[in-house]
Amino acid sequence: METEKIIETIHMISDEKLDVRTITMGISLLDCIDSNSERACERIYHKIMTKAKNLVKVGQQLEAEYGIPIINKRISVTPISIVAAACKDHDYFKYAQTLDRAAKDLGVNFIGGFSALVQKGYQSGDLRLIHSLPQVLSETDLVCASVNVGSTRSGINMDAVAQMGKVIKEAAERSFMSNTKMVVFCNAVEDNPFMAGAFHGVGEKDVVINVGVSGPGVVKHALEKVKGEPLDVVAETIKKTAFKVTRMGQLIGSLAAKRLNVPFGIVDLSLAPTPAVGDSVAEILEEIGLETVGTHGTTAALALLNDAVKKGGIMACNHVGGLSGAFIPVSEDAGMIAAAKSGTLNVEKLEAMTAVCSVGLDMIAIPGDTPAETISAMIADEAAIGMINNKTTAVRVLPIKGKKVGDVAEFGGLLGHAPIMAVNSASSAAMISRGGLIPAPIHSFKN
Amino acid sequence: MRAILTTIGKDQVGIIAGVSNFLAENKINILDVSQTIMDGYFTMMMMVEIRNENLDFVALTQQLDELGKKLGVEIKIRRAEIYHAMHQL
Repeated sequence: METEKIIETIHMISDEKLDVRTITMGISLLDCIDSNSERACERIYHKIMTKAKNLVKVGQQLEAEYGIPIINKRISVTPISIVAAACKDHDYFKYAQTLDRAAKDLGVNFIGGFSALVQKGYQSGDLRLIHSLPQVLSETDLVCASVNVGSTRSGINMDAVAQMGKVIKEAAERSFMSNTKMVVFCNAVEDNPFMAGAFHGVGEKDVVINVGVSGPGVVKHALEKVKGEPLDVVAETIKKTAFKVTRMGQLIGSLAAKRLNVPFGIVDLSLAPTPAVGDSVAEILEEIGLETVGTHGTTAALALLNDAVKKGGIMACNHVGGLSGAFIPVSEDAGMIAAAKSGTLNVEKLEAMTAVCSVGLDMIAIPGDTPAETISAMIADEAAIGMINNKTTAVRVLPIKGKKVGDVAEFGGLLGHAPIMAVNSASSAAMISRGGLIPAPIHSFKN
Repeated sequence: MRAILTTIGKDQVGIIAGVSNFLAENKINILDVSQTIMDGYFTMMMMVEIRNENLDFVALTQQLDELGKKLGVEIKIRRAEIYHAMHQL
């Protein structure tokens, strides 16, 4: 082994913050369904505790042996709207408490799957789950929720979009942290290891290990060496770097799966930032040549980055899945925070950026008095981008009670802090109150 | 298992002796050593073999951290597969 390569790896880990962002164990709860909710919750707790018993321990062992930080150990489960539908309970808080208790007893960072898939309409469990959301988000600590309101194949359920605007407002009233744990999706994926949107799809194996890699700092550092070179050199450099990062994810994921005696699912090829300086997607875009992220050219730079990450990563692992692409959460990225504070980055530009990267309007703090209909309209716009472009989009906006544009909301830890960003003040209420379904686009009919 | 032990820091008397003694005490065999001064820093790579498959790696890394502090260098050990995975097809 060449000394140079060894040194390169060491620098990537110690100075450029290369890490495995998450090892997520997906667990099916379909065999826990029972018309008696007490019995169902007992089975859920037992299954999660049995299957994930060694998840944290194995993660820590791998960290020590390979000297690579594994930031999160998480669990995702079958959408609870499906698991709980057989019981007659009026709300599903009890199920969320069960998930929360299991996550705490196991020592994992989050558990995802308090979810409903309502892209075409509601089933009985979906409505009860959505009604439970404000209480669940404010009264549990580790449970993450998601609601899929649209898809390319089925269109956008605008009744659900309208309802989610109200849910987000109500959850924000209860606690300003609530909405950090919930995502509203279009084209949600079933093998996503990242929170808050992870759930274990019904088409997945009983138990599976999925891995999410990260490494914006490594990409930025590699680009520092090709200053002034044409953009195809930039793309090539990103590809090569993404390959190395992903190979590390593939290795750690397959080892984790082997030691836990569980099949290995996918590697999610993502660039997930943290609020630490040097671990920022915005800084990569600025390294490509933008004075500040958010200015003209940002969408093009992000499109190049997102595509090159996938091209580099895809050959590096057996199965690619999840969201796979660059994340642009505002509060979790030092460069995005700075650009939002300076006014260079606004919600409209972020929306454009979501058309070419892997997620959507993520971790954006907005004024507490933003009407529910405006939030619904933001969700509808994002869902439309996802539906038409055949991609996942998500909304995780955070109305902060009592705060106005220019104030700052502090979330702490990996969630960072965010300046309150302005939203358009003209009303979208009449459109949202129409409800109904936006039909699936013409290009979805591929059969 | 094979692992790569890297020692990086300011050059001074006794680094190689300190590291080799620690490895000998812990019955870790040195297979290959290379040492150079890179960007002004003492940089040593050792390919080592750990025969005890049940060795507590968490404890080992902690002990190496302490030894590194004593010698004024940073000592890291990682299983060799990670380097192969990242740099070889």
